[in-house]
Amino acid sequence: MKAKIHVTLKQGILDPQGKAIEHALDSLGFKDAANVRVGKYMELDLNQTDKAKAEVEVKAMCEKLLANTIIEEYRYELG
Amino acid sequence: MNIGVVVFPGSNCDHDCAHVVKHVLGHDVTMVWHKETSLAGLDAVILPGGFSYGDYLRTGAIARFSPVMGAVKSFARNGGLVIGVCNGFQILLEAGLLPGAMLRNRALHFVCKDVYVRVENAATPFTSLYQPGQVLRIPVAHADGNYYTDPVTLAGLQANAQVIFRYCTAGGLVTPEACPNGSLDNIAGICNPGGNVLGMMPHPERCVEAALGREDGRALFQSMIASMGQKKLVGTQ
Repeated sequence: MKAKIHVTLKQGILDPQGKAIEHALDSLGFKDAANVRVGKYMELDLNQTDKAKAEVEVKAMCEKLLANTIIEEYRYELG
Repeated sequence: MNIGVVVFPGSNCDHDCAHVVKHVLGHDVTMVWHKETSLAGLDAVILPGGFSYGDYLRTGAIARFSPVMGAVKSFARNGGLVIGVCNGFQILLEAGLLPGAMLRNRALHFVCKDVYVRVENAATPFTSLYQPGQVLRIPVAHADGNYYTDPVTLAGLQANAQVIFRYCTAGGLVTPEACPNGSLDNIAGICNPGGNVLGMMPHPERCVEAALGREDGRALFQSMIASMGQKKLVGTQ
């Protein structure tokens, strides 16, 4: 099973990289773009066929290492 | 005194810290490889600056799981003095020994320059030889030093005088412009409720000898040594 994990800064926490990209998009004429948020994407193979167990495992990985939940939030897809 | 300097893969201020302890202040120093699991015989521990594990994932995120960190936690729980400088501070945050987290610097740049910090609490084992409100000129060198914590935790830090250093102007004014990284409340250094664990982004080990520019950081290490000396004295009575 493959896990695809996205980690981004929580809403409300300043994302300086997102801001810089937003300004760059704006100066390139992409006037419709707003609220750019930069994050990390990770994918990994899980030696697990039970989706419920895989979910427990991926959640634990995110809480313990992959995300710092003081500043970041995470979401994942399994498949 | 025997002070341990923890060496993680990617630490690069470890020898500067060892130099201060051994050659400038004349005490014993023990380099502690991150795979060690004991800190027995040490009077204090320094987590030095650098780029442990290449800053992969987040600064300090992987180093906090190094075997030595279990021993650092026990050492801190028993009242031992632990100081984390720069990457060491980031590791203490990730390990939960200090509250909060580091964000990328407000301006996104790696900031490497002298800054001014004000001593907000001179009643700690790390700052007892400074005057309250004293302004220190001290170098910073980091990309992720933008301290963040939730409002409740911040209020707790302020109420308990756990904010030890704040970025300020040369005249000692705490202003947004004096903050090199966007840190909440201009925070440059905080301690735990017990006062025996300090994390700070500026590098005191880089300013301890007048011959190398300035020595504003020297009293921090001298404060630690004085505090440990008193503890030993009490212990033998």
